[in-house]
Amino acid sequence: MTVAGTPAVATRVGRPLLGGRRFSLDWVGVLPFFAYVGIFLLLPTAVVGIGAFFNADGSFTLDNYAHLSRSYVFKATITTTLLSLVTALGGAFFGALLAYAIVTGNPHGMLRRLVVSASGVLAQFGGVTLAFAFIASIGSAGFVYLFAQSHGFDYYAHGIWLFELSGVALVYLYFQIPLMVLVFLPALDGIKPQWREATESLGGNTWHYWRYIAGPILFPSFIGAVLLLFANSFSAYATVNALINQGSPVLSQQIAAAISSEVGAAEPGFAKAIAIEMIVIVTVVTILYTLLQRRTARWL
Amino acid sequence: MAVATRSVQRTRRIKLQVFRIVVFALAAVFFLIPLAAMVEFSTRGINGERTLEYWTSIVQYPDMIKAIIASVQLALITSVAMLVLLVPTMVWVRLKLPQLSRIVEFVCLLPLTIPAIVLVTGLFPMYIWLGTNVSDSILTLAFAYVVLVLPYCYRAIDAGLGAIDVKTLSEAARSLGASWLTVMWRVIVPNISNAILNATLLTVALVLGEYTVANVLLYSNLQVELVHLGRANAGVSIAVAVASLMFAFVLLVGIAFVGGRRRRTQSEAVTNLGKGPVQGSAG
Repeated sequence: MTVAGTPAVATRVGRPLLGGRRFSLDWVGVLPFFAYVGIFLLLPTAVVGIGAFFNADGSFTLDNYAHLSRSYVFKATITTTLLSLVTALGGAFFGALLAYAIVTGNPHGMLRRLVVSASGVLAQFGGVTLAFAFIASIGSAGFVYLFAQSHGFDYYAHGIWLFELSGVALVYLYFQIPLMVLVFLPALDGIKPQWREATESLGGNTWHYWRYIAGPILFPSFIGAVLLLFANSFSAYATVNALINQGSPVLSQQIAAAISSEVGAAEPGFAKAIAIEMIVIVTVVTILYTLLQRRTARWL
Repeated sequence: MAVATRSVQRTRRIKLQVFRIVVFALAAVFFLIPLAAMVEFSTRGINGERTLEYWTSIVQYPDMIKAIIASVQLALITSVAMLVLLVPTMVWVRLKLPQLSRIVEFVCLLPLTIPAIVLVTGLFPMYIWLGTNVSDSILTLAFAYVVLVLPYCYRAIDAGLGAIDVKTLSEAARSLGASWLTVMWRVIVPNISNAILNATLLTVALVLGEYTVANVLLYSNLQVELVHLGRANAGVSIAVAVASLMFAFVLLVGIAFVGGRRRRTQSEAVTNLGKGPVQGSAG
């Protein structure tokens, strides 16, 4: 495109595009990328941001936001927040234990590699499949249920909770725990065995070590991971939609229902307002996560 | 004193071993039983015998076959589009426009903070327009999927480019008279082949597992069809689900294997999965 030397000078002098000195051909090289993300990432985001202020006729309105106070949206917000909180805390707790069990083993061992790879699959792959895995195991035709039932333990005696929120929470753990393992392993890797030896040579015991050394160092990282898991649950849609197909108890389902309602009551503006609500919550959580991550980086 | 210390350490080591065994056993129960159950469920016969009937009858569901083909095509198209878009741009930014690197990084990681369901809310009117004016083929989903895989692929390729000296390599090639295309194709790409493989496999796994966007835009990809068929014939649906999960598992274990063969350090073997701010996309 251009000769190597000259444009480098041009770009270093100032901002060729804004400064108006000389249009550098270097910028042409990044145009396709920015055009693409402009159209398929920034434009849809803008469509959501702006569309939330317009009603179906195209006139400006704040009604979409006012509708957020509808009782079922309010209820969905509470439900989603609780579900995310529970699965984030549960996932973080069990995930941290598993991560610790991995980190105390051989760092180059097969076991670690296997667990990390499997965690990657479970944290990244579709929630639908994971929901099916639970239907096939503890569902009313699954062998775990049949086995428990034949031994006099009918855990569905009070209703099939797998297809309720408690079931959704259980399936969420199936990808939250692996995600926690992935997020928390690097933090645990940063803990140096020398710190433990130092504690001991100063007369401290295991409790002292965890209470005054490892605990405080890992704490920000742990809370950060909880926030990340929270955001992950909060944005989830596939799992819950595969398990619950009536009533749309969580926000993501409310959005989907408002975009394309099967009974013809689609409210695109309202869907965008819920989307904005969601993005605000997730962004706040993510910013907190980033801040905590930075704080952790000081020690680990 | 020395004896006492040693015995304390020994008790602690035993305690640790017990802790590890308990944790791994519980994790194995929680994670392996549902997977085993899928295999068990999909091979159930009428009188408690094992049969592959569900597996062989997959071919009798043309909608499912269509959805599988569509998802595989989408995975291929998305991978190629992602590489064509991302690799030259990232190399170019490193060489010529380093002041842009923060912006490119920010944009690439942006989809992590925008839930797929939110993105699809904004894409919905665009896809209606696309459907009436250009094409309503399911393959147009690739446009959205490139955005969804952007953060993961950015990290993979960024790690790859960080490990080589892009500037020296390309200047050397340029001074020997290579065109930019040659530099890209014969110098940069072979040197980051691992990272490219990483990014591609992640893309394939993510696209095969994608549900949210396709479902809301009313396209029937693999996962949407799984849910749909699951309500009519759970056995077949679970057979396909376990097959797709195993496929993703093989792909991503492949990453760890390929990564581990070339590089010595363990953490890099799972560049995308274990380092930096990770984020799941399972839900």
